[in-house]
Amino acid sequence: MRNETLTRDQAKVMGRFEITKALVAKLHKDEAVIGGIGHTNWDLWASGRRPQNFYMLGSMGLAVPIAMGVAIAQPGRKVFALEGDGSVLMQLGALATVANRAVGNLCIIIMDNGTYQITGGQITATGQGADIVAIARGAGIVQAEWARDEAHFAALMDQALVTNAPMLVGVRTDDQKPFGQTERDPPQLRDRFMRGLGVKT
Amino acid sequence: MSVWWEIIRDTLKASEVKLVTYVPDNVLNPLLKAIHGDDYFNAFVCTREEEAVGIVAGAWMGGMRGVVMMQTSGFATLPNVLASLAVPYQIPVLMVVSERGTLGEFNIGQAMVARTMRPALDAMGIEHHTLTRLDEVAFIVERTVRQAVTTQQPACLILSPLLTGGKAP
Repeated sequence: MRNETLTRDQAKVMGRFEITKALVAKLHKDEAVIGGIGHTNWDLWASGRRPQNFYMLGSMGLAVPIAMGVAIAQPGRKVFALEGDGSVLMQLGALATVANRAVGNLCIIIMDNGTYQITGGQITATGQGADIVAIARGAGIVQAEWARDEAHFAALMDQALVTNAPMLVGVRTDDQKPFGQTERDPPQLRDRFMRGLGVKT
Repeated sequence: MSVWWEIIRDTLKASEVKLVTYVPDNVLNPLLKAIHGDDYFNAFVCTREEEAVGIVAGAWMGGMRGVVMMQTSGFATLPNVLASLAVPYQIPVLMVVSERGTLGEFNIGQAMVARTMRPALDAMGIEHHTLTRLDEVAFIVERTVRQAVTTQQPACLILSPLLTGGKAP
């Protein structure tokens, strides 16, 4: 995969919901998924409730740190952070922390549509040329790639499930409307997640 | 009697607080060194206090207790993530803040920002205690961790210059 040198412009624009479903279809070992706020999170919800999914309702930008915390506490479990471009741009330093700590059971997926879609489609920094995969590599995440197309995304997820190094996958996504909305009951969401992780019985 | 940072380190350890995420500070330095010197802890620096809170929140949900360490100005960056993550989700994020801005502060910016800390904590209903006396440190730390965990609420321990000596210009 290290031969891949796709830039953001070369990655195919794909359907966010379809990509989310493709991720979830790969999960057979109770892998954890942390959904950042916005349409990324809502599509995770719509892709089917799993007790190993955690849904944020605020704290924009914290999907990667929360996922990192879960990954540190449970090194035997693969953890995915699903985050939007606007969100990850708020907490770029976390990418360096992930790299420095070499959190090998963490995979970050960035759904990059270049806009703050939920607030009216205003353009983000990635929509103006910032390349989140290049930023991640610069931060020290060696396994950082743009998904060329749906098949490449599937191959990258297969890689994520077996690798022992932190990974970041950039996905160019369209501006389709989300297919649902999360529940807004934080203690319930947290409790279900902790039971899904086996922390509470 | 031990010094304050050894008491905090030992009490955190006895309370099974294993993960320490922090943004460094001069006053915290001996505590951070003591923690890094003990293999029990998983301690590392973060780029922002919000990030440090997110990691500790995630670790709690994954079954590991943690604490976020920072100085007063760092706390001032936190109300959004405390009010939208730790408080509503009932996640016992433990915080240790070294208090700048009072009792001999030389930087007006620090003095101003320090005045926002307790009102912000009170507005969010977050339990907080100010550590001023060496003989009270172990009791307050141990009881604060216990209450945070059992009530599933965040809590904040403020290290006063009365305890630490603060930072001299």
